[in-house]
Amino acid sequence: MKYLDEYRDGDIAAKIVAEMRRIQTRPWVLMEVCGGQTHSIVKNGIDQLLPEGVELVHGPGCPVCVTPLEMIDKAHAIARLPDVIFCSFGDMLRVPGSDGDLFTIKSSGGDVRIVYSPLDCIKIARANPAKQIVFFAIGFETTAPANAMLAWRAFEEKITNVSLLVSHVLVPPALEAILASPENRVQGFLGPGHVCAVMGYGEYLPISARYKAPIVVTGFEPLDILEGTLMTVKQLEEGRAVVENQYSRILNQTGNLPAQQLIAKVFEVSDRKWRGIGNIPRSGYRLRAEFAAHDAEKLFDVAEIATLEPEICISGEILRGIRKPHDCPAFGTLCNPQHPLGATMVSAEGACAAYYAYGRHLKPRSADALHRIDAVPVAAATGDRA
Amino acid sequence: MCLAIPGKVVETYDQGGLRMARVQFGGITREACLEYLPETQSGEYVLVHVGFAISRVDEAEAERTYQALKELDQLNELDAPDVDESEADPTVSRFIKGRDGN
Repeated sequence: MKYLDEYRDGDIAAKIVAEMRRIQTRPWVLMEVCGGQTHSIVKNGIDQLLPEGVELVHGPGCPVCVTPLEMIDKAHAIARLPDVIFCSFGDMLRVPGSDGDLFTIKSSGGDVRIVYSPLDCIKIARANPAKQIVFFAIGFETTAPANAMLAWRAFEEKITNVSLLVSHVLVPPALEAILASPENRVQGFLGPGHVCAVMGYGEYLPISARYKAPIVVTGFEPLDILEGTLMTVKQLEEGRAVVENQYSRILNQTGNLPAQQLIAKVFEVSDRKWRGIGNIPRSGYRLRAEFAAHDAEKLFDVAEIATLEPEICISGEILRGIRKPHDCPAFGTLCNPQHPLGATMVSAEGACAAYYAYGRHLKPRSADALHRIDAVPVAAATGDRA
Repeated sequence: MCLAIPGKVVETYDQGGLRMARVQFGGITREACLEYLPETQSGEYVLVHVGFAISRVDEAEAERTYQALKELDQLNELDAPDVDESEADPTVSRFIKGRDGN
C-alpha cells in the first residue's frame, strides 16, 4: 500500500542502523511514547537491530492500558443495565474489570457493540429511540477529534439518547511526569506521531528545553522508527536537545486546527488517574458543563467502586521506562493476555502483551554478541567464528 | 489505539450536514469524515483514524524523506577515505588472515 510499503524496506533499514553505529560513542536510553510504536518495534525486531547501547524503553502511550480499573468497572456497570446499548472501540472489549469483561457482559445478554467510528453511535441512537446509547470515549489526543464530534453532533442535533463515558488522556503531562521522576532513565523520546498530527508539536518545545531531552516526533513504520531513533541519538551525541519532526509527510508544528477547535469546544482539561502510574494533574479531558446531558458519568448513578491491583504487577514501572516486561516474575506465567494482571498486558499495544505475542519471554542473553556478528560480515557469512 | 492508516480519497460528499469521503486502503474502501480536512479533494491521500481523516499526506515530503533515507550511505561513502584491503577494519583483516593460514 502506498505510503506504507516503502517504509518497510530492509536494505534502507540496514543503512540507517549502520549510520547509527557510525555516530554512536556511548550508551543512550530512549523511550518510544506510543503503544503503536512499541508494537511495531517488537513485531519487527527493531530493538534487536539497534547498535549495542542504544536501548528503547516503552512508554505509557497505550490508552487502553492506562484506563483505570475503576473506569472499566463503571463502564461494565453501565453496560449491564437494561435499556442501554454500550458502544466501544474493539480494543476495550477484552479488558477485564473486577468482574469479567465486555465480552462476558455481551454473552450474558448485555447489548454491547463494537463501533468503527464514534459517529456510528448516532445511527444506532436513531434506530433505537427507546434505548440509551453510551459510548466509551477513551483515547489520546489522536482520538479526541472523533469523540468530540460525537458529543458535538448529539448536542447540536438534540439527540437525547446519546452519552459519552469519557476517559481521555494527554501525552505531554505524562512525559513531564516521567522526566521529573527521580528514577527516570530516559534521555530522549520518539514522540507520538499521530497525537501530533492532531495537536502539532508546539507543546513539546518547552518540555524538551526544560528537561534537556531531545524529542523527535516519529511515525510508526519500521523505517520511521529507525530514522527517529537515529535523529534522537544524533542530537544526544551532539549535546543538543530540541524537538524535531521525523514524520514530516504527515504533520507540522501547527497540527490540525479545525480538530483542535472542536476539541476545545467540547472538552476541558482535567486531572486523570492513569492505571499503573496514578493521578497526573491536568493530564486528561472531560466534557464541558454544557454537555452534561451527554455525560454518562452524570447520567448514570454509578457509585465509586473500590478496586485493587495485584501487588506483583510492575506495569507502573514498565510504563515509566524503569523496567522491562521480562523483569516481572508474573510475566508469561500468572499474567498473560488471557489473564492479564495489569495495565501493560490488557491491550495488544501494551509492552507486556507485545513481548508475549512475539515470544520475548526471556531477557536477551547478550545483544552484544549479535551485533559483533553483524559488524564482521565476512566472519558471519562463513559461520566460522572463534 | 492511535493506529491511523493512509488512504486515497476516491469520492467526497455531504451526509446529514457532515463532509464525508470514501477512502481506499489497498483493496478496502471505507467511509471517513472529512470535517477536519474540509478542503480535501478526490485523488488526495489522507490519514484516517477511527473513521476521521486527521491529516493530509504531503506527497512531496514523503518523497523527500524516502529519497534522503535511500541515499544515506552514499553520502557516507563520499565522506569516507579510499580504503584498500590492507587498511580495512583490523578485526576483519585478522580474521581473514587467520582463515587463510588454516
